[in-house]
Amino acid sequence: MSDQITAVDKVAVDVAPEDVLLDAAGISKVFGGLVAVNDVNFVVPHKAIVSLIGPNGAGKTTFFNCLTGLYRPTTGRVSFDGVDITAKRPDIVTRAGVARTFQNIKLFRTMTATENVQVGMHPRLRARVTGMVLRTPFVRREEKAGRERARELLELVGLKRKDELAMNLPYGDQRRLEIARALASEPKLLLLDEPTAGMNAKESEELRRLMEKLRTEQDISILLIEHDMKVIMNVSDHITVLDHGEKIAEGTPQEVRENPRVIEAYLGSQA
Amino acid sequence: MTDLRTRWGSFTRVLPPTAWMLAALVAAIAFPLLIGSGDLLDASIQTLAYVIMALGLNIVVGFAGLLDLGYVAFYAIGAFVIGWFGSQQFPNVNGGKGIHILVSDRSTFQPKLDGGRLDIAGIHINFFIVIFIAMAITALWGVLLGAPTLRLRGDYLAIVTLAFGEIVPRIFENSTSGLFGIGSTDFSHGRQGITPIDTINLPWSHDILYTDQNLKPAYWVALGMVVFTVFVNRRLRDSRLGRAWIAVREDEVAAASMGVNLVRTKLWAYAIGAAFGGFAGVFLGSYNNTVNVDQFEFGFSVFILAMVIVGGMGNIWGVIVGAVALSMMNRYGLPQLNNLSGPLGFDVTSISFGIFGFFLLVMMVLRPEGLIPSGRRRLELHESEIEGAEEAAAVGDMSQMYEVRQ
Repeated sequence: MSDQITAVDKVAVDVAPEDVLLDAAGISKVFGGLVAVNDVNFVVPHKAIVSLIGPNGAGKTTFFNCLTGLYRPTTGRVSFDGVDITAKRPDIVTRAGVARTFQNIKLFRTMTATENVQVGMHPRLRARVTGMVLRTPFVRREEKAGRERARELLELVGLKRKDELAMNLPYGDQRRLEIARALASEPKLLLLDEPTAGMNAKESEELRRLMEKLRTEQDISILLIEHDMKVIMNVSDHITVLDHGEKIAEGTPQEVRENPRVIEAYLGSQA
Repeated sequence: MTDLRTRWGSFTRVLPPTAWMLAALVAAIAFPLLIGSGDLLDASIQTLAYVIMALGLNIVVGFAGLLDLGYVAFYAIGAFVIGWFGSQQFPNVNGGKGIHILVSDRSTFQPKLDGGRLDIAGIHINFFIVIFIAMAITALWGVLLGAPTLRLRGDYLAIVTLAFGEIVPRIFENSTSGLFGIGSTDFSHGRQGITPIDTINLPWSHDILYTDQNLKPAYWVALGMVVFTVFVNRRLRDSRLGRAWIAVREDEVAAASMGVNLVRTKLWAYAIGAAFGGFAGVFLGSYNNTVNVDQFEFGFSVFILAMVIVGGMGNIWGVIVGAVALSMMNRYGLPQLNNLSGPLGFDVTSISFGIFGFFLLVMMVLRPEGLIPSGRRRLELHESEIEGAEEAAAVGDMSQMYEVRQ
C-alpha cells in the first residue's frame, strides 16, 4: 500500500501498515455549504475496538456513512483489507466485510427476528433463482443451515424471542437484533452506531462483554460511536474525537480523557 | 374482529395447510364438471388467466413494493408472442412453406395435409413451447423496462410504468412495417390485430385439446398454469430472494447495508412478475383467438392492480381471491347495471368504471389491507394502532437522509 494514499502516518496510533484493517485517508463530506466531515484521517487495526466520540452534530454518523457507502465522500479514500472501497455501493462494502448497525434502528419491521438475521446473511448465501424454485438439496441445506446460524447469532447477542416480529421487540432487543443481523454477513469489521442507546447499565455491560468476545473469539474489529462514556472508556483501545466535523483529538482512553480540547468540546470553555 | 379472526384460525387448523390446498385443488379441478360448458365456464377460464397475471403483479407490487401501473405491457408482449409464433402472421417465412413445430392440421385450423406435411404459411409452434418462449421474452422486457425506473419511488415510479404500459401497445399497433422501424415486415396488422391464433394441441397428439362446445380442457390447462404460478410464487417467497424483496420494500437503505444488491433484487422482481404476465398473455391470445391492441388498455393494468390490492398485497391466496372476485364482478356484476339504465334515465354502463372505482374506494376505507391480507401488510397499515408505534413514527422516514446509490 506504500504507493497509495494512506492515513497510517497521519494518525497518532502506533500501528504497522500491515496491521491496518480499515484505512480512511482525508475523508471530507460537504453538503452544500456545510462541511459535515473535514479531512479526517482514521485507521482501524486488526482485532481492535476503536471508538468515535464527539458532541451531537459532530459528524460521526456522516463519517460512518462515508465508510459504508451510504454517502459518497467529497474527498478522501477508504481502503479495507487492502481493497479500495471508496464510494462503492453499500452492498459491495458489506460483501467486502464491513457490517453496520444504525443509530435510528432500521430493522425490517414486519419480519421476524430470525428472518431479519437471514437477510443479513444474504451476501453469503449462494442460492440461485432456479435453485430456489426447484428447491434443490443444496438450497434446502443452505436454508436450514442459515436458519440455525441465525438462531445461534440471536443466542449470542442474548435475544430470546426469536420468532417475534422485529417491530414488537422491546427497544433493547431491537438493538441486539441489529447487531445479530450485522454479524450474519460474517464481517471483519463491525460498525456500531450508538449501540447502547436506550439500554440500562446491566444491558450495556452485557454488550461490552459481547464486544470483547467478538474481538477475541471471532477476530472481529469493532468501530463504535457511543455516548456512554463508561462503555467507551472500558472497551476502547483507542478513541478519536470529532467536533464540527474535524478530528480534535485521538489516543488511548486515558489520553483523551485528559485532553483539554476534548473537555472544552464537551463542556464548553469555562469548564 | 379479532374474535372472528381467531375463530377462523381455529377452524382452518382442523386440517393441515397442505390438506386445505389439496382440497381446494380438487374442488377447482372438479368445478367444470359441475357447471357444464356454459358462459360461466368461459368466465372461469378468463378468470384463471387473470389470476396468473395478478400473481405476477403481486411479486412486483406486493413483495418488492414497486408500484407498477403498466403491467398490461407484459400481457401485450406475451399475446403478441403467440401471435407471431402461432398464426400466419409471417407468410414469407421459410419460402412461404412455414415452420411447424409439434402442431397439427387441427390446431392450426388447416383442413388438409399435403403429402403428410402441414400446408400452412407462417410460424406455428406448439402452445406449450410458446408459453415458455413468451416467459423468457417478457422477463427480458421486464428487465429492460424496469431498469430505467430503479431510482424512482412511489408516485414517480407509478407514472413511468404507466407510460410504459401505454407505449408498448402503441409500438405494436404501429409495427405494421417493421418493428422499431427496422425492416418492413408486418408484425401486428395494426388495429385489426392478428387472427386466427392456433389453438392448443398436446405435443404428442394430433387432436386439438378443446372446442367451443367443450371448453373444459381449456379450463384445466389454465388451472395447471395457475398451479405452476402459485408453486413458483411460494417457492420464491420463502427463499433468499423473497426475503430480499421484502427487505427492499421495508427499508432500502437497511437492505443495501445488509448486502442486498438493490438493482439485481428489483430487476428479478420485474423479470419474474413480467414473465407471468406473458405466460397468461399467451393463453389469452390463443383462447380468445385474436391478438388486438384494443385489449391492452390502461384500464387493464388498473384492473389487475385492483385485484392485488383488494385481495391483499403480498398474500398469494388473497390475491387469488381478489382476482376471482373482481373478474367475476366485471363479468356478471357490472353488466347487470344495464338494467338500471331505464329507470335512471341514462346509460349506467358508461360509468361502470366509476362504480368500480367507488367499490375500490369503499374497500380501501373499510379494509385497506385487502380481503385476505398478508400478516406483514396488515401490520404495516395498522402500525399506528399498536402501542409503541408513536416512537417509530417520530423518527419518520430517514431514508431521505441517505443518497442510496444503485
